[in-house]
Amino acid sequence: MVIILAGTLAGILTRILLLKLDYRQYPGYPHGYISHFSLGAIASALGAVAVPALMNKDFTAFTFLALAAQQFREIRNIERQTLENLEETRLEKRGKDYIEGIARTFEARNYLVMGTAFITSIAAMMAGIWGAVAMALILILFSKTFMTGKKIGDICEVIPGEVHFKNSLLCVNEVDIMSVGLPDIREKIKQEALGVMIKPKDDNARATLHDMGQRMAITHTAAQIMGSKKEVDIPEFTPLARKNPDTGEVALYIMPIEKDMASLIMAVQRTPLLESARVKPLKTQAGRIAAD
Amino acid sequence: MGEEAKQILAVITTDRNKVTGAVPIFIADNEEEKQKTALFLAKTLDAMVHDLENGIYFIVRH
Repeated sequence: MVIILAGTLAGILTRILLLKLDYRQYPGYPHGYISHFSLGAIASALGAVAVPALMNKDFTAFTFLALAAQQFREIRNIERQTLENLEETRLEKRGKDYIEGIARTFEARNYLVMGTAFITSIAAMMAGIWGAVAMALILILFSKTFMTGKKIGDICEVIPGEVHFKNSLLCVNEVDIMSVGLPDIREKIKQEALGVMIKPKDDNARATLHDMGQRMAITHTAAQIMGSKKEVDIPEFTPLARKNPDTGEVALYIMPIEKDMASLIMAVQRTPLLESARVKPLKTQAGRIAAD
Repeated sequence: MGEEAKQILAVITTDRNKVTGAVPIFIADNEEEKQKTALFLAKTLDAMVHDLENGIYFIVRH
């Protein structure tokens, strides 16, 4: 009984710690928390129960784990569907890549919770309650450090950029963003817009920024944190991230409610790096040769 | 940005010789009227005004 309890508790604790509201701003509502918390609890119970079952040479216990895996995959689908439905009414889209990333994270975290519960139960059985506590701490620490994804700030340098106009073309530093026709709106943008340059630190980062999904995630995060003046009938104020085709640097333009450069830079730096956007050309020989 | 194609919804000009074709064309008498027409059209159509810098504004939904 102690074995199961120890495993389950460790699992639930992991889930709670991983369920904090971060820059993804999701889930931001109590029901989202409840459903993920309960699923985490079920996952950890399953993981913990598997150990005593196996000790009784009850190998069918593993089929239950497979069943659980099936359920978690379902969660991923549900998450994806919810987010895609919400997306339609959003002014600053998250983008499909970001949604996929979030859905995948939610699925993976349940496996993580199940694993934590499983291993902690084993520790409880072999080394008693203190062994279980120690093991749980190690695993939670592991989850916290290794399962928190990287951020844009880790691979890129974010520096202030200057928003200006080349006739009707809106530019941030040397990168063209879009054409703005109306002089009044141009004037307003000149007064109130903010721009930053996102400079990739190496070729891997450049390839990641090339991904449109990653750039959408950046504009989405910036707009969420800073607020955005965009409205349905003012598409000119849509935050946009455009690449300098020659250098691979990305220029971000936004009409924030709060005009504060420092916090915009922070918001961009803390944007999660999407797993689907991460590419590593430098890991291949051809990529390394091309880099120099 | 999505899959739907961009489309020119209207053209506003002060020079009627420069535009022709199967788009709604609005002729304005002066620069001020051109801007005003463009703004109203863009607001009603939820679209964006672009400047060709040759006296022609056009409205595109993105």
